[in-house]
Amino acid sequence: MAKAEFEIPDLKEYPEVPPVQPGSMAHSKPFVAKNPKFMEPLGYPAELVDDWQEKAIEHMGELLGKYRSLQVFLDACVKCGACTDKCHYYLGTQDPKNMPVARQDLLRKVYRRYFTFAGKYFPRLVGAADLTEDVLEDWYSYFHQCSQCRRCSVFCPYGIDTAEISMAAREIMDRIGLGQKYCNEIIGKVFKIGNNLGLPEPALADTLEGLEEDVVDDTGVEVKYPLDQKGADILLVTPSADFFAEPHVDGLIGYGKVFHEAGVSWTLSSKASEAANFGMFIGSYENMRRISLRIREAALELGVKRIIFGECGHAWRVAYSFLNTLAGPFDFLDSNYPVPQHILEFTWGEIQKGTLKIDKSANDHMVVTFHDSCNVARATRMGDEPGGQFIVPRNVIKAVCNNFVDMDPDTIHEKTFCCGGGGGLLTDDLMELRVKGAKPRMEALRNVIEERGVTNMAAICAICKSQFTKVLPYYGMGMDMIVSVHQLVSEAIVLTGQDAGDDEQEDSTEDVA
Amino acid sequence: MPIEANGKVFETDEEGYLANINEWEPAVAEAMSKEDDLDLTDEHWDIINFLREYYEEYQIAPAVRVLTKAVGKKLGKDKGNSKYLYGLFPYGPGKQACRYAGLPKPTGCV
Repeated sequence: MAKAEFEIPDLKEYPEVPPVQPGSMAHSKPFVAKNPKFMEPLGYPAELVDDWQEKAIEHMGELLGKYRSLQVFLDACVKCGACTDKCHYYLGTQDPKNMPVARQDLLRKVYRRYFTFAGKYFPRLVGAADLTEDVLEDWYSYFHQCSQCRRCSVFCPYGIDTAEISMAAREIMDRIGLGQKYCNEIIGKVFKIGNNLGLPEPALADTLEGLEEDVVDDTGVEVKYPLDQKGADILLVTPSADFFAEPHVDGLIGYGKVFHEAGVSWTLSSKASEAANFGMFIGSYENMRRISLRIREAALELGVKRIIFGECGHAWRVAYSFLNTLAGPFDFLDSNYPVPQHILEFTWGEIQKGTLKIDKSANDHMVVTFHDSCNVARATRMGDEPGGQFIVPRNVIKAVCNNFVDMDPDTIHEKTFCCGGGGGLLTDDLMELRVKGAKPRMEALRNVIEERGVTNMAAICAICKSQFTKVLPYYGMGMDMIVSVHQLVSEAIVLTGQDAGDDEQEDSTEDVA
Repeated sequence: MPIEANGKVFETDEEGYLANINEWEPAVAEAMSKEDDLDLTDEHWDIINFLREYYEEYQIAPAVRVLTKAVGKKLGKDKGNSKYLYGLFPYGPGKQACRYAGLPKPTGCV
């Protein structure tokens, strides 16, 4: 771990609302996408356009016309204050502009100035303000201190969704030529190569072959990790981090074992070799749609009957909530199965059917807790009952582990705290924000470690997994605490024909790049 | 910020990664490591050289598992793990070692 150049928050036994420190995070700004090659492929101007004020207002007007919700959110706030202590970034940084209401007001005050009667004629009476360079700078800084996790909206009596406001702000900034390097470079790679990492097909094929070797070495069973296999029944779309990083890859190994034991034919696609859709983070419908269409094209080309998504939080939001609108209709898929389906739904189904032989004792060296990923928790469902997105992952964990405990009820389910790196902020140039924003989750985790003997935290999102491996050491905890849910499945599953008596557990919960 | 090595100036991006991988020479890695107060040993060079070879073939840095496996094969199983790599490159093998090797930074959810 690198030495921190900022103060790491103290973890408390009970969560407390810290006093405000105005401007404490005004310096936090991610790298701007200065190179035209990061902007132009997404349809944005290469640099800040000359008439940026005019253009920004014009785009704001366009978004207000397109998304009725945006206008409602900008109009409805009554400043009740219910959201003020709900954002992990406020709790971790103490910067009052990280209170959701203040973050919204950065956009709201400009909206009022240009789009409301009172704001046009009596701006000072209604907190309306011109779009100046200072305001734009605040936008760039603080709309990149929102991970679009939507925890605040759970507590807002009007249901105002700050994520939607921050998405709109980012979209406006992109359209005037002020883009964030991390997200935009990645989206460009998806268009050019097929995934966030920029992993070309030969490297992907080589990596998958390596996994097949590893599983044979470990178990003696030939589990396949097929790529671009035409005629397979299932297309698995998973984050490219699953091919690359740890503990992600241990989850991917688990998906393959489950498919193998279930006896279904499946394939990955080199074209849709990425579940993530950063188009959502930058609030761009056009880019989100273009990224989604790859999945449709891959499904058609390969002739699959089902699409299943791997462990990726925001991908499941895009898949569950928007995919049909973005890239549908999926009438060519088998309607006997959910379109699309989550890997956890699949695995839980197989566990219930009894097709998987499980040896729970393989995970007896762990006491596991579970981190609900924000997009899964607050924007999707799994299975066919309300709250399934909380129940199914826990059911799977409990089916493969003897020791499971939950964290503080105020930090799980729909009240879960963001890992601190979601929404397009998982970049090294925002490390201070990421470490500070992780504080509420770290606090809840440390409490179950001390009180309940928790040794590991399982997650179902590539961003969460990478973020935790990076920030845990700042809080004095081990980076290898974090595990994939399907890694737990992988450890416990006994493959048909698996070498008997092979109880040796390789320590595969290593670190990430 | 550009980096000086071997009497030449090399362009880098905001995060200190070499702008043009083809310009790389060993002195670049030496200069970068010096800035991080790290002395490059033969063990470091084994990793850097592997990264460059892999990149040449696949146009991407190897996955962590591919790297640890290759290291394990070459240097013995006890070294084929992330802990060994983090011991050499405390900022993370994927990122710090890639930077020294002149490779672009791995992007995405990693």
